[in-house]
Amino acid sequence: MVSWTGLLAQILAIALALALAPLLMGWVNQWRAWLQNRRAPSLLQPYRTLHKLFHKESVLAENASPLFRIAPYIVFGCMALACGIAPTLSTDLPLAPAADAIALVGLFALARVFISLAAMDVGTAFGSLGARREMLIGFLAEPALLMVLFSASLITQSTSLARIVETLAHQSFAIYPSLAVAGVAFTFVSLAENARVPVDNPATHLELTMIHEALILEYSGRHLALIEWAAALKLFAYSCIGLALFFPWGVAEAGTPLAILFAIPALVLKLAVGGVLLAVIETINAKMRLFRVPEFLATAFLLAVIALLVHVLLGA
Amino acid sequence: MMLLDWLLVVIAGWLALGVAGIPALRNTGVVARLLFPAGAFLALVLAGLALAALFTEPQTAVLALGLPTLPFHLRLDGLSAFFLLVIGAAGAGISLFAAGYFRQGEGTPPGLMCLEYHLFLASMALVVLADDAYAFMVAWETMALSSFFLVTANHRVPAIRSAGFLYLLVAHVGALAILLTFGVLQAGTGDYTFANMRAQSLSPLWASVAFLLATVGFGAKAGVLPLHVWLPEAHPAAPSPVSALMSAVMLKTAIYGLLRVVFDLAGTQLWWWGVVLLGLGLATALFGVIYSAVQSDMKRLLAYSSIENIGLLFVGMGLAVLFHAYAMSALAALALTATLFHVASHACFKSLLFLATGSVLHATGERSLGKLGGLIRRMPWVAALSLVGVLASSGLPPFSGFVAEWLLLQSFLFTTGLPNSFLNMLVPVVAAAIALVAALAGYVMVKFYGVIFLGQPREPHLAHAHPASPLERAGLVWLGAGCVLLGLFPVQVIGVIDPVTQVLLGAGVGETVRANGWLFLSPTSLGRASYGPLVFLLVVAFAVALTAWLVHRLYHGRLRRSAPWDCGFPAQTARMQDSAEGFGQPIREIFNPVFRMTRELPTPFDAAPKYRVTIEDPFWHGLYLPVARLTERLARLVGRLQQGRIAIYLLYSFLTLIVLLGVVRW
Repeated sequence: MVSWTGLLAQILAIALALALAPLLMGWVNQWRAWLQNRRAPSLLQPYRTLHKLFHKESVLAENASPLFRIAPYIVFGCMALACGIAPTLSTDLPLAPAADAIALVGLFALARVFISLAAMDVGTAFGSLGARREMLIGFLAEPALLMVLFSASLITQSTSLARIVETLAHQSFAIYPSLAVAGVAFTFVSLAENARVPVDNPATHLELTMIHEALILEYSGRHLALIEWAAALKLFAYSCIGLALFFPWGVAEAGTPLAILFAIPALVLKLAVGGVLLAVIETINAKMRLFRVPEFLATAFLLAVIALLVHVLLGA
Repeated sequence: MMLLDWLLVVIAGWLALGVAGIPALRNTGVVARLLFPAGAFLALVLAGLALAALFTEPQTAVLALGLPTLPFHLRLDGLSAFFLLVIGAAGAGISLFAAGYFRQGEGTPPGLMCLEYHLFLASMALVVLADDAYAFMVAWETMALSSFFLVTANHRVPAIRSAGFLYLLVAHVGALAILLTFGVLQAGTGDYTFANMRAQSLSPLWASVAFLLATVGFGAKAGVLPLHVWLPEAHPAAPSPVSALMSAVMLKTAIYGLLRVVFDLAGTQLWWWGVVLLGLGLATALFGVIYSAVQSDMKRLLAYSSIENIGLLFVGMGLAVLFHAYAMSALAALALTATLFHVASHACFKSLLFLATGSVLHATGERSLGKLGGLIRRMPWVAALSLVGVLASSGLPPFSGFVAEWLLLQSFLFTTGLPNSFLNMLVPVVAAAIALVAALAGYVMVKFYGVIFLGQPREPHLAHAHPASPLERAGLVWLGAGCVLLGLFPVQVIGVIDPVTQVLLGAGVGETVRANGWLFLSPTSLGRASYGPLVFLLVVAFAVALTAWLVHRLYHGRLRRSAPWDCGFPAQTARMQDSAEGFGQPIREIFNPVFRMTRELPTPFDAAPKYRVTIEDPFWHGLYLPVARLTERLARLVGRLQQGRIAIYLLYSFLTLIVLLGVVRW
């Protein structure tokens, strides 16, 4: 059943995600700085930050419960699994049958619920505010993401991510109108889910406007490091899913070592281009008011539903 | 003895336990230490018998009870066995909890409560066993009445009395519709046994009339829009174990009734029945979840969440009817499996959550979310088990709620190829709405859990909240285990559901699921869709453990406790946390047109600023009050005849006589 090449590809995929995710973060930050005429931090800055945070002691609020302490680990574990089942390098992944596209959405939701609950645990004003906003964005983005994945599922007649990528990548080249619409919706959702401009600003220090930063305000030391790393993993996973759905070429199918060796540079190249695009989007857009976010995400949701309907109407 | 006889022994045992409560009317010791645990044991036996019955041939019995020409007919088939299993399994946990919960001085004395409670359990079991209309209606009415008395346990509170009245009223409107359904189904033969109804072949028109009547009747019991108004009043009014029993089990008898009528008794299914059920279910689910997000009473929040789940069940049934009408039996079986899975899963997590609110209520005396908070530190057991219920209720993997959602979405996803293009367009839109409902459910549950158990206590006396008693904990553990096991072993659970779909549709997904192995759930083929909750859990747990070990090993485990940071703000108080209203605010803004909302906003010059928001049910003002006003006006018109003077009444008699004479002469 489980081939050793599959197992190898699986371990490699997770290890690569863990190693590359902070790099992607650094890459995006670097480009953003350049595009905004600032001097950029080093590409390796996220690693240094993580290293520093791991070394610091964790300061915990006096009334923090065990839930608060375990939540960063759960979030990190969820994101590691998400990176494991996204077919980044190979479609022959032993973990793939454990979670299909719907379960992947559930996995992101699980992480979101835990981090929101942890934010409410200490009982500060900003924590519960962040939790509320995070859940607000979550409940609007989650169905949109599901619908995007459904459009791909309908085309490929499968909800297994590996199978979707296999079908899309290794058949004759075709442009699906439904996938094009779904792609726009997916971009909207990814921006919102990864706390990016125009929904949230990852570099903000203004308490009233922040969402993700408000959630993790009480965390420090190793807990904060894990959460930061998990956020990088989430961005990595979303990028990989987007690449897998809309630009699936280069992913190894047979699972032979040679194909994977070829898949790694392809992935890095695609991620690099994607990272620059993200920096461009973040530079040319302004952060919108929180009250406008539901409209933004409702647009994404409607686009995703239209993508489904386009598929039903045109059969493509 | 047959299984059915043993089941009747269990039901008789419940009745005997109930009657035994009367001599021990105010003896809480006997009732709590003896009668309720015994009831829980009997529920467990019932569940075991039902499980065995799922895999045997249908059994029938005729009791020497009832009318001379119409004794009670009973029948035990796959469908009734499955619902008996749900009643038994959930009932066991709830009874165990109730043993630690009921006490002196809360309205009805414990002994009487014990009678009503066990009568309620027994009547629910009889409802699913009944095989003729008469026995069914007797059991159905016993269920309604016993639960009415349970709801009004605290009858000295006027609000509870009026909630009970509303419940009784809607229950009887529903019962009338069910009675009429059976009247249509027997097709003028005068034989009210279900066997006869199965034998009749109705014309599409009459079958549709029966279906619509059944939808009204059972919909009233289930809380489907617009007959839901009693539910958010009655469920919170009842003592918590009773709320749990009503939400988790009693609502399911309505689902049972509808399944029985549509798939078993009516004989035919038309495709538009499915659309009706889909539409009703969708509206109910959306309404329920949006309203539960803005509640600030913890039990009302759960009651609205029950409305949402009933909506999802109706959607599943509608899909099953739709596919069945087009003879796509594999998909119909998948949709029905999803529905039945959700029945079991909802029974577990909703009773768990209602019971947890009971513990919180006893520990703090507060029901309003605005006065709770921080209970995870005072009641760790209840908090941990509630977390399981909350995660299951939000439909998150690897818990039970997710499997039901997953199966339902799978059945939506493979619908292409319906012969009607309108339906082909409709199905994706419904799927999108279901995804929205599921995501909103997560929002609601974070609010529920976060406000009650997390944060700082909002009232000083919460510091003295006491943990739940051991029996209460045992009940909660039992139900929490249900949520976890249903979620982790879906393949085995579907093996239990399979006989039911075989009975109703003649098809099942059990064989395909079994063929694909016990580890991964895959209703069609492994390449098409699969989900392995056990692997999922193990990988996440392994990742958590490995990360924790590595972090402590490679760096350090130093930890320091300090005051919360909160951006350096020193004067942080519990009142500065998000309130329940605050958490509902985004929902109120986004879905503003749906609410009937009145708000009092403070002005900047108020010495003591006050903020108040009340949200009322638009159906209450748009539908129920006009009907009530109309009834009143008609009554007043009739009242005009009654002048209160004997001469006038004599005149009426005289005129009637004259008219009658005229009629006879003519």
